[in-house]
Amino acid sequence: MAEVRLENVCKHFDEVVAVDDFNLSIQDKEFVVLVGPSGCGKTTTLRMIAGLESITSGDVYIGNRLINKLPAKDRNIAMVFQNYALYPHMTVFDNMAFSLEMRKTSKDEIKQRVQEAAEILDIQALLLRRPKQLSGGQRQRVALGRAIVRKPEVFLFDEPLSNLDAKLRAQTRLELKKLHERLATTAVYVTHDQIEAMTMGDRIVVMHDGFIQQVGSPLELYDRPANKFVAGFIGSPAMNLFEAELNKTGDRVSLRAGDFTLELPPEKAKHFQDYTEQKVIVGIRPEDFKQAAEHSPGKTIPATVEVVEPLGNETYVNVAAGNVTLTAAVGRRTVIKPHSSLNLAPIFENMHLFDIRSEKSILCN
Amino acid sequence: MAIERVGSKVIKFYVPLAAYLIFLLFPFYWMVNTVFKSDSELYNLDLNPFYIHSPTLHNIVRLFTETIFLRWMANTFFVAIMATLISLVTSLLAAYAIQRLQFKTSGPTGVAIFLGYLVPQTILFIPLAHIVFKLKLWDSLWALILTYPTFLIPFCTWLLMGYFKSIPKEMEECAMIDGASRIKIFRRIILPLCLPGVLSAGIFCFTLSWNEYLYALAFISSTAKKTVPIGLVTELVRGDVYHWGALMAGALCASVPVALVYSFFVEHYVAGMTGALKE
Repeated sequence: MAEVRLENVCKHFDEVVAVDDFNLSIQDKEFVVLVGPSGCGKTTTLRMIAGLESITSGDVYIGNRLINKLPAKDRNIAMVFQNYALYPHMTVFDNMAFSLEMRKTSKDEIKQRVQEAAEILDIQALLLRRPKQLSGGQRQRVALGRAIVRKPEVFLFDEPLSNLDAKLRAQTRLELKKLHERLATTAVYVTHDQIEAMTMGDRIVVMHDGFIQQVGSPLELYDRPANKFVAGFIGSPAMNLFEAELNKTGDRVSLRAGDFTLELPPEKAKHFQDYTEQKVIVGIRPEDFKQAAEHSPGKTIPATVEVVEPLGNETYVNVAAGNVTLTAAVGRRTVIKPHSSLNLAPIFENMHLFDIRSEKSILCN
Repeated sequence: MAIERVGSKVIKFYVPLAAYLIFLLFPFYWMVNTVFKSDSELYNLDLNPFYIHSPTLHNIVRLFTETIFLRWMANTFFVAIMATLISLVTSLLAAYAIQRLQFKTSGPTGVAIFLGYLVPQTILFIPLAHIVFKLKLWDSLWALILTYPTFLIPFCTWLLMGYFKSIPKEMEECAMIDGASRIKIFRRIILPLCLPGVLSAGIFCFTLSWNEYLYALAFISSTAKKTVPIGLVTELVRGDVYHWGALMAGALCASVPVALVYSFFVEHYVAGMTGALKE
C-alpha cells in the first residue's frame, strides 16, 4: 500500500515561487502524470516527493508516513532520470545491483533480483556491458531495470522518454504502461509532452506557473478543460481559441468574432446568461468542425484556406476567417487547395467558452 | 595533385613540428652531450661541440661518489610524494564541497582559493619562513612538505572543480536515492569517474614539487636534507667553478623519474586537462 499525498506543498527558491499550494492525493497503484510547459514546477514537485529538494511548506506523505524530513534513501522510492544517470564506470549488472548492495542485500539475492528485472525488460544479454556500449533505448531499459530491481513503493519518472527518437518513444510508452500494469506500483510521471500524458496517465495533473490547473482523467481534461490554459495545452493540434462578443437579441444568443457570427443553440445559450454583451474566449477543437457545402449565416464560418497539412490519417487545414486564424481537421482524403474558400460548421455541443478575465471555463463554473 | 597535398602537409605540419621539437629537445641533447664528455674535451674549443669524441662515465661516477646525490634523490621523492598526497586529498575534498555542497559561501571560497594561487612565491616565502621557524620546522623536509601545498592546492582544486562539474548531478542524486551516503557516493561514483582528473592533478603536484627551487633554497640548509635541484646547484657550483659534467649528470638523473611518470600517464593527463568525461 503506497498512496502519495501532498498537502498545501509550496516550494520557493529565494524570491521565486516554483510550486504553490499543491494538493494532490495519489491512490495506491495509480499512474499519475504531471504535465505542463517547462518551468511550471512539475519536476520540482517530483523532486520534493523524491527527497532531492527540500519542502518550503506543506506536507508530503507516502503511505501514512510524513516524509518531509526523511532522507531520499529512506523513502522507499525509485526514480528514473531524463538522462538515465547510469554509472558509466559500472557494468549494467553493477548498475542494477548498486541499490541492493547499498542496502546490504545478500549476493545471491542481488543476483536473483537483477536476473528477474533483466528478464522483465529483456536485457539479460546486456548485463556485462557498460552504459557507453548501449544504445539510447537500451540505456533507458537499464535505467528502468535499476528502478524496478528494488521493488520500491513508488516509482518516480522525470521525463524518461524525452531523449529517445519518436518511434522508440511511442514503443517505450506502451512498454512502460504494460510494465506498470504488471508491477502494480504507484507511479508519478513528469513530462512536458501532452501525448505521453494522455496515453499513459490514469490521471493527469496539468500545471502552469507553479499551480495545479486541473486534475482529471485524460478524457475529462480533453472534454471539459477547466480553463483556457488546459484547453490550449491538452490536444494536438491545439484547440482553436479566439475572442468573441456574446450578444443577445430577443431569445437568440450569438457570438460575434471578426467577420462572422455564430448563433448558439438555445440549450447551450442558457449557460451564458451572465455574459451577454461581454467578450468571451471561444474554444473549438480542430476535429469539432464540419465542412459545409455553402455558407449559412449563424451556423458556419466562411474562411480562406492558407496552409494544408495532409498527414495521411487526417488532413489539417489552417484557415483565416477575417482576423481569426483557425485549424480544422477535414477527412483524411479531402482535396483542398490553398487560397480556396471553405465553410466550417462548428459542432456547438463541443464548443467551450472561457471567461476573458479569469480564463476559467464558463460551463465548469 | 597528391604530391602537392603531401608537400603542403610537410610545409604546414612537419616542418613547424620538427622546428618545435628541436627547440624543446636541444637542451636535453646538450645535457646528455655534456655528461659523457671529459673536462678536457668539454673545454677544448677546437673540437666539434655537438659530438662526443671520447665518451666517458667519469662525470656520473663523480656525481655518485663525491656528492650524496642518492640521498638528495630520496629526499626529493619523499617531499614530492608527501606534498602530492596532502594536496590531492585536500583539493579533492575542497573541490567537491565547493562544487556540490552548495553552501552559501561556496562561490567566494572558490575565488579565494584561486586568489591564493596568484600570490607570487617570491613574496609568499618571507611570511612562510616566519611560520616555518615558529613551528620549529627549519631545515626539515617537513618545512617543504607543508609549504608546497600552498601553491599546489589552489591549482588542483580548480582543476578538479572543473572535473566535478562535468559529472551529471543526477548520477549523485540517483545514488542518493539508491541508498548511498555522501562518503559512499564520493568513493564509489565520483572518485572512479574523475580518476583522469585526479591523475593529472597528481602529476602536476609531483613535478612541481620535484622541481621546486625557491622554498627548498630558503628553508633547508644542511647538505643531507637538500633536494636535488638545491643540492646540485649548491654543491657542484663552488665559487665561480662550475662542475658542468657532474651538474649535467645530476640534472639528467633527476629528470628521468619525471619523464617516466609522464610517459605512463600521458593519456590520462590529456583527458584530465580537457576535463572530458566520456559516458
